[in-house]
Amino acid sequence: MRPVPQNGPVDGVRGLLRTWIRPGAVTAAQGLLTALLSLGTHVALFVLSLVSLLLIPVFGVGFALFPVATALVRLCAGLHRRLARWGGVEMATPYLPAPAGAQFGTWRRFRWVVSDPATWRDLSWLLPGAVTGAVCLAAFVLPLYGLEGVLGVPLVLHLTVDFYGYGPFWPVDNLLEALLCFPLGALILVGGLAAGRWLVWLHLAFARFFLPPTRTAELALRVHQLTVTRADTVDAQAAELRRIERDLHDGAQARIVALSMSIGLAEQLVGDDPEAVRRLLAEARETSGQALAELRGLVRGIHPPVLAERGLAGAVRALALAVPLPVAVTVDLPGRPAAPVESAAYFAVAEGLANVSKHSGASRAWVELGHTDGRLTMVVGDDGRGGADPAAGSGLAGMGRRLAAFDGTMVVTSPAGGPTVISMELPCELSSPRISPSSGTG
Amino acid sequence: MRVVIAEDLALLRDGLIRILEAFGCQVVAAVDNGPSVLPALVEHRPDVAVLDVRLPPTFTDEGLQAAIRARAEIPGLPILVLSQHVEQLYARELLSDRLGGVGYLLKDRVSHVDQFVDAVRRVAAGGTVMDPEVVAQLLASRSGADPLDELTPREREVLGLMAEGRSNAAVAARLFVTEKAVNKHINNIFSKLRMPPSGDDNRRVLAVLAYLHGEDGRRPRTPA
Repeated sequence: MRPVPQNGPVDGVRGLLRTWIRPGAVTAAQGLLTALLSLGTHVALFVLSLVSLLLIPVFGVGFALFPVATALVRLCAGLHRRLARWGGVEMATPYLPAPAGAQFGTWRRFRWVVSDPATWRDLSWLLPGAVTGAVCLAAFVLPLYGLEGVLGVPLVLHLTVDFYGYGPFWPVDNLLEALLCFPLGALILVGGLAAGRWLVWLHLAFARFFLPPTRTAELALRVHQLTVTRADTVDAQAAELRRIERDLHDGAQARIVALSMSIGLAEQLVGDDPEAVRRLLAEARETSGQALAELRGLVRGIHPPVLAERGLAGAVRALALAVPLPVAVTVDLPGRPAAPVESAAYFAVAEGLANVSKHSGASRAWVELGHTDGRLTMVVGDDGRGGADPAAGSGLAGMGRRLAAFDGTMVVTSPAGGPTVISMELPCELSSPRISPSSGTG
Repeated sequence: MRVVIAEDLALLRDGLIRILEAFGCQVVAAVDNGPSVLPALVEHRPDVAVLDVRLPPTFTDEGLQAAIRARAEIPGLPILVLSQHVEQLYARELLSDRLGGVGYLLKDRVSHVDQFVDAVRRVAAGGTVMDPEVVAQLLASRSGADPLDELTPREREVLGLMAEGRSNAAVAARLFVTEKAVNKHINNIFSKLRMPPSGDDNRRVLAVLAYLHGEDGRRPRTPA
């Protein structure tokens, strides 16, 4: 009956799959998971929390038990946040970070848990959340019931089993009623799928009143994060200054002292021993060359001259040339980031490329620089053996810390066997388009 | 020999003038900022120009840009570029017109006065002079399935000196061997790298540098 398009039924089936069946199945699965999670655990967790609170006067058992109950509640709430993300509703995690030495069973742990408003918000959501979650079961059951009708189960059962009921036909009395179950099932299926989406959404929208951080909690978390990154930055900077001081003191400074000694000695000998004077001056020149080379190395580590001269794009191209394998560089930057961001980005890419040439065993690498939605994006990739772990390698961890000081992020994907791709982002605005000509040759 | 100098630091500018004049060069103009470089070069048409990369007002790479623009306007105008640091990227840009008469040296090299003046003369005569550090960077940035790895250590040494723009005689003197031995090494290098031999010194330098930059077309940088 249905007109089949000329280019075959495959498209029709695919289209049906894409527009109806897959999202329908996803909604049904979400409904089932939500309902199971809510029905099975919420009540138990609520009771557990309540009991542990009541047990506080009893030998202090509650002090130890309540944090455990809270940890379970947070696990459950965390699963809901994940489900929400799956359903397209973003919810951040609201909990204050644990203070040092707050193991289970300690008073500090109890105080941390009790003083976090998110604990009480989670707790107050458990029972109402169980109700809205339970309703989500309909998102699974209704389409299933509809499917039963569509697939002709009532007809088969009417013919084989004596007593069977479906929908308003209870029992199914005659063949007409059994046949009517087909359109009825289709109606229930479509209606169930449509309603299921709404029910799951309603549940998540309701959870949104409780589960994400409040504005105050958000600010508190932000303050905490800024405190950590600032401390890291200050430490890193102090260490960097100490390193520079030491390098200057033991390197260039010492060499210049030696240089002036050679010249002073030559001054004394001039006239008496021209041959010795010549030797001393040659030595002085040698020493000055070494001092300059050391200063060059130091300057490169502080702020590479090519970055000052050519900006990020040129400096990254210069970096790529120095890597002993072919590196494809693509740059799409309509302007220049602020100098500190540019420097952080440069050193992050430099570290990434250094990792590539040191560890990856790659035959080819690529760097992509771009700017979207107020963020500078950097990608360093290679076709090497993979297995790079930011937790293990201090280089990658350092990159992450450096970027964090600017609210930047780093994501490393490096499955065993490769490829390794490091994606970094730095929030920044670009200045007006650069006027100086870019590198002319390729 | 008539020379134009661009260097913003008075101390270094005076030093350069003193050295060049002591060796019989005539400094016809000495400018201290980027925008005056090109007019000075066009006006004086010197035998060679000695330019600092970083110049006011922006203190970026104005000297280098001026050099590239000047050579676009006056093809083959001999220019020696000096800098506190050297970059392969800049060397590539300077060499891209393949006309010779180009030098790129660290400022440190000025302290070897005779070698520096020799470099100025070679550039003025249409030769190509590359800083040993550029050549070292070029050689360091190669690895893997690379014909360069087939070279003996001695041949690599000769290749490096060739890339710096030294003549066979200079290479021989530097390595304490005869010119004949150097010739033999050079023939080996060219056949191992599958480059056509060239009698012309300057063309040979450009070919070697182009090879090291991986842009000669015969040998892509990517191992196939």
